[in-house]
Amino acid sequence: MEETNSGNKPVVVVDDVHVTYEVYGTGKRARSPGVKLAKQTRMREVRAVKGVSFVVYEGETLGIVGSNGSGKSSLMRAIAGLFPATQGAVFTLGRATMLGVGAALLPNLSGEKNIMLGGLAMGYEKKELAEATPSIVNFSGLKEFIDLPMRTYSQGMSARLRFSIAASKKHDILIIDEALAVGDRQFRLKAEEKIRQMRQEAGAVLLVSHNMKSIQDTCNRVIWLEKGEVVMDGKPKEVCDAFIAFMEKGEDD
Amino acid sequence: MNLSDFAKSNGLKEIGTRPSFLEYLKQVWAGRDFAFTMSLYASESANARTRLGRWWLILTPSLQALAYGLVFGLILGSLRPANFIPFLITGVFLFSFFSGSFSSGAKSITSSSGLLKTVSFPRILLPLSAVLREFINFLPQLALLPIVMLFFGQELTWDWLYLIPITLLMFLFSTGLAMISARLTVQLKDLGKLIPFITRFMFYTSGIFFEVERIFASYPEVLAVALLNPVYGFISLARGALINDLSMNTSLWIVASVWSVGTFLFGVLFFWRAEARYGRD
Repeated sequence: MEETNSGNKPVVVVDDVHVTYEVYGTGKRARSPGVKLAKQTRMREVRAVKGVSFVVYEGETLGIVGSNGSGKSSLMRAIAGLFPATQGAVFTLGRATMLGVGAALLPNLSGEKNIMLGGLAMGYEKKELAEATPSIVNFSGLKEFIDLPMRTYSQGMSARLRFSIAASKKHDILIIDEALAVGDRQFRLKAEEKIRQMRQEAGAVLLVSHNMKSIQDTCNRVIWLEKGEVVMDGKPKEVCDAFIAFMEKGEDD
Repeated sequence: MNLSDFAKSNGLKEIGTRPSFLEYLKQVWAGRDFAFTMSLYASESANARTRLGRWWLILTPSLQALAYGLVFGLILGSLRPANFIPFLITGVFLFSFFSGSFSSGAKSITSSSGLLKTVSFPRILLPLSAVLREFINFLPQLALLPIVMLFFGQELTWDWLYLIPITLLMFLFSTGLAMISARLTVQLKDLGKLIPFITRFMFYTSGIFFEVERIFASYPEVLAVALLNPVYGFISLARGALINDLSMNTSLWIVASVWSVGTFLFGVLFFWRAEARYGRD
């Protein structure tokens, strides 16, 4: 898809965003004698995102790539409003919903009750949700396990359920953070198809993934993030190729 | 044109900032179904893995009352209050709602990092839902109280209905306290360690198993402070309502009401002020 953004409406504007974490009690390196006790409990600042700016336009599916710890998830949380930017600002048109690899909402409760709770948290009306539940269960393919407590689910199963809840609703902006990584191939293909379909309805979809094929199959633009800064922003093939080359070079060192 | 102006001119809204107080209250109202459902489910799941399940909601405070009754009943000897068992059970049951709300409320944000990292909703729903859950757990005890009273020789009177406003005041107070302690625990994790001690201290000073007026009689200053303790206020009022020989003290109604409304209002404001801060770790 060609980038003809000039006529489209912006739906996400990220303006010079910084995200800094304050981390307590992990300042001491493993096995380093001579470090005083006071140093262990000192607060440490971790700058996860350092001045990122970009604009996402209506109808875009933006892929985010980058090595582990490059600040992808922190940036996504800032866009979803879950972890506000320390500096800079994020603007959105409507509400951004995040779909990540978190734990079950309430592990002791059945999958069905987790659909209820997750759906309400996502902004569903109670009645609307009750109507949507059968199709959510259906899409997840977990019909025979839906009465079991969610603690008995495997990672892949709970990822399926969470994706199915999120995918059942129309979103202004949908952020998918590695949520498909633990699913099996069959479900991933089904989910990717669903994402392409949702793109038609949603304002924009942001997809974080380490799977370059998945990124290239679903996105029409990719941003490469490294050490909290944007390295490249452009067409999927070009950015992914550059990123893969960078990763392979790193392995040789 | 810089990016911020570009965004604003296209009708985009800045996110991650604290909403205005009115806007916040609107969001809370919109999230009421979520908060209530979460309380209900959490209460259900708490004892789901035990054999006796929800019976523990009654068994735990009853066993507590039994243990304290045996120990302190013997220690106090002649200082034991009249109608000791109704007196003690009212105290232990009401206190369990207070202490449960306090500790779940304080943990409500720090223990929900999974939820905070994935879904955005007004965070005040978490302490609110924690107290609501404790309240749901308290209902069976509340139902058991009149039965215990009748069993131990108290007569049914219209005064028993006062238990409803008393519980309501206590709910307001506990909710306010949960909101305050939830924010403080986020900003200062160490506080979480102190909460059991604060609870213990409250337990021993709120006259759960003794009469404050009698035990603190020789320390008028201590007694004056003890009578301003809202937890003592709720419990003493409940005893006045349920136990025929005791009456409800008007000054305690004032103490309890002022504490409840004040703590609740302050709690909501105090929690909202740090809205953009929760979940940041």
